[in-house]
Amino acid sequence: MTEGVARFWREIPHRYRLLGSKCDSCGRVFFPPRVLCPECRRKGNISRVALSGKGKIYSYTIVKDGANGFERQVPYVIALIKLEEGPLVAGQIVDCSPDEVEVGKPVELVFRRVSEDGEEGIIYYGYKFRLAEEEN
Amino acid sequence: MKAGIVSYGIYIPMYRITAREIAKIWGKDPKEIENGLLIKEKSVPGIDEDTVTISVEAARNCIKRVRVDPSEIGAIFVGSESHPYAVKPTATIVGEAIGATPEMTAADYEFACKAGTAGIQTSLGLVNSGMIKYGLAIGADTAQGAPGDPLEYSASAGGAAFLIGSKDKIAEVLDTYSFTTDTPDFWRREGKAYPRHAGRFTGAPAYFKHIISASRGIMERNSIEPKEIDYVVFHQPNGKFPMRAAKLLGFEKEQYLPGIVVTQIGNTYSASSLIGLSAVLDVCNGGEKVLLTSFGSGAGSDSFLLEVTDKIVEIKDKAPKFSEFIRRKKYLSYGEYLKLSGKIKLS
Amino acid sequence: MRKVYVVGVGMTKFGELWERSFRDLFVEAGIRAIEDAGVDGKEIEALYIGNMSAGLLVKQEHVASLIADHSGLASLHIPATRVEGGDASGALALVQGFSSIASGMYDVVVVGGVEKMSDVMAEKASEVLATTLDQEWEAFFGMTYASAYALMAKRHMHEFGTTEEQMALVSVKNHSNGSKNPMAHFRFEVSLEKVLSSPIVSYPIKLLESHAVSDGASALVLCSEKKAKEFESPVEISGIGQASDYIALHDRDNIVSMASTIEASKRAYEMSGVKPEEVDVAEVHDCFTISEIIAIEDLGFFKKGKGGQATEDGDTEIGGKVAINTSGGLKARGHAPGATGIAQVCEIVLQLRGEAEKRQVDNAEIGLTHNLGGSGGTCVVSILRRRR
Repeated sequence: MTEGVARFWREIPHRYRLLGSKCDSCGRVFFPPRVLCPECRRKGNISRVALSGKGKIYSYTIVKDGANGFERQVPYVIALIKLEEGPLVAGQIVDCSPDEVEVGKPVELVFRRVSEDGEEGIIYYGYKFRLAEEEN
Repeated sequence: MKAGIVSYGIYIPMYRITAREIAKIWGKDPKEIENGLLIKEKSVPGIDEDTVTISVEAARNCIKRVRVDPSEIGAIFVGSESHPYAVKPTATIVGEAIGATPEMTAADYEFACKAGTAGIQTSLGLVNSGMIKYGLAIGADTAQGAPGDPLEYSASAGGAAFLIGSKDKIAEVLDTYSFTTDTPDFWRREGKAYPRHAGRFTGAPAYFKHIISASRGIMERNSIEPKEIDYVVFHQPNGKFPMRAAKLLGFEKEQYLPGIVVTQIGNTYSASSLIGLSAVLDVCNGGEKVLLTSFGSGAGSDSFLLEVTDKIVEIKDKAPKFSEFIRRKKYLSYGEYLKLSGKIKLS
Repeated sequence: MRKVYVVGVGMTKFGELWERSFRDLFVEAGIRAIEDAGVDGKEIEALYIGNMSAGLLVKQEHVASLIADHSGLASLHIPATRVEGGDASGALALVQGFSSIASGMYDVVVVGGVEKMSDVMAEKASEVLATTLDQEWEAFFGMTYASAYALMAKRHMHEFGTTEEQMALVSVKNHSNGSKNPMAHFRFEVSLEKVLSSPIVSYPIKLLESHAVSDGASALVLCSEKKAKEFESPVEISGIGQASDYIALHDRDNIVSMASTIEASKRAYEMSGVKPEEVDVAEVHDCFTISEIIAIEDLGFFKKGKGGQATEDGDTEIGGKVAINTSGGLKARGHAPGATGIAQVCEIVLQLRGEAEKRQVDNAEIGLTHNLGGSGGTCVVSILRRRR
């Protein structure tokens, strides 16, 4: 085990539950959460807000040359998802063939293993997305 | 009793491998395997799935069906024989992921394939005693069979979560009854990757003795006959065992077939009988009676006599049913299956 | 504010320089710049070094001291400072050197950049480049440096109809330019077919659309106007602009342009009084082909969404409307992250002096450099002019 655990541990609510933040002054929703609103800055008032995880694909890529620790998953899809609540979030789209992925398709949240600190270290769980059934 | 089932939810990974594909690799006759086990295909976890992620998905599907604030859940029990950590609970991760923490208790259970129903019994006790408002009991596994072992055709992945409480119940628990002995039919030693089993000894002295004793026990105690029960669900290590047990107890096809899920997803171990029960809840109506009997090697059975309420109709469509998990699937080659299940070691 | 001039340029060849260590690289570039300028080491008042990640790549921090020492400047005890801004580190050193002269603090400074990529395995080098992204919310989930740009590329295709062929043509052009640059990492041409059929790194980005992973160093001698009179062909840094932006793509309003490029270039254009259409030659940060297309739009050379078409029309070739990446760019000249921003200035100075040989842009008077950090969280634009 090579990594300290606190860096992962302190993000657990955000990575497990998509807990974001909101500026009550301007109404903007942030994910990942911010402690300072980039618009209102010190005049802003930040509170916590749970996000639905429902959104649409804003852009995507099919990674063939995977990041360290993701080699077994190639090809994998990384996308920017435009969440219902406004923010964009980066994450994997899983449980599909990469050629099913298109800009604009709806997705929903899933809970998965993201990576791990080697075979003996902590397992990093968190959010990913999968294609949702189109609502007609 | 006061406590009963308030909601249920399942999760089954979308990947499948057919018995035929596995048989081909090991030089077995596919027909023989299919007919011997009555398993056509089994579910396989994705490369990023394990008992924790399956438990979370099942728990989320369970919560989705009802208006219960997760912070009101006072206890979470996850029964599995494939917890990703040997030390560090699965249940705390589930608690955090569904927003039930921190005012709750949590524990992981292990009792081969019946650790999930053990969690239900514990939750029933805690709710009945007034110690907690809701308890969440989960049975989930990513079961491993060694390559070439007969278990490889059946050991699969899935999870089921049951919310236990005393209000707005979808099923009353009329009684629960357990039958437990020390019977070494199947085990896995600490630190070993794959379980060992005692071959044909897993049948009569283990599975059948416990399933039948527990089922008879609960029926006798409640003076109820098989014909008064609408559905019966047993632990399902393969297709043959639960059907034979049902017949031995005097149940008919229309009582036991709706709860047979093993033929399509394999043996999900701690989730096996609970996914079977969920498949029954998906199709049943208020007033119907269900007998559930789990089996865990080592060995023991927990029986539950349930009476479904009218509430079932309101909630069953609010989360994916068993039939939906069966519809969405992707078949793997044996090579892909080895890669996904981490059986190929990378340097 | 005082005017600032470049009076000496020097760089190593970019490439896999197996025999050269991190410390050797900068010494070579520094000496070449000093010899090019014809200054004495004792005249140097300060040193600013751009370096992205010596800590991860060669396990060495505190690199400014190391470099000053090995450049023979230890006994002079000059102030030596390392600056870091991902792969914009080199240009950040330029900004620091520029400010120190413009403010009147110094008259002669050396600015440079250095990176040693080949002392780690290729996978590690990729991981280090991904540290320029948001580690917790992008790289953590498996995003690589290439896939950040691939997300921009896919969106650019979606919004403007930019094609994979147009992006590939950026690589064809830059390889053609690089084949004429003796300092380039890749000195060969590639065909459109070859680029398009090269392995996909992160769809739609292909291997032959990705920057070279290079070792290299680069250095400049900067001086004040008073001092510049002593030199033969000083080139004026007539404008410089630096800007930051949200580090992660998900916090930006859009990913088909970079606010940091727009802001940095606006500041540089304003300072210099130069308009985009007056620029003859530009070195832009083409870490992937899409980033050149986005940059030439954001820098005001072409309308938003028309960068791909402009490339296809040949407007960015030598002899076109504005010659882009005559050195070969990050694609062919190479990308030694800390050294890249300064190597861009080296190329523009050669062009403005008329010393760019086979890749010379006729009568180049005004040049521009554009250096990005990460996926655009940092940008520096400089505008250089030949002294008339």
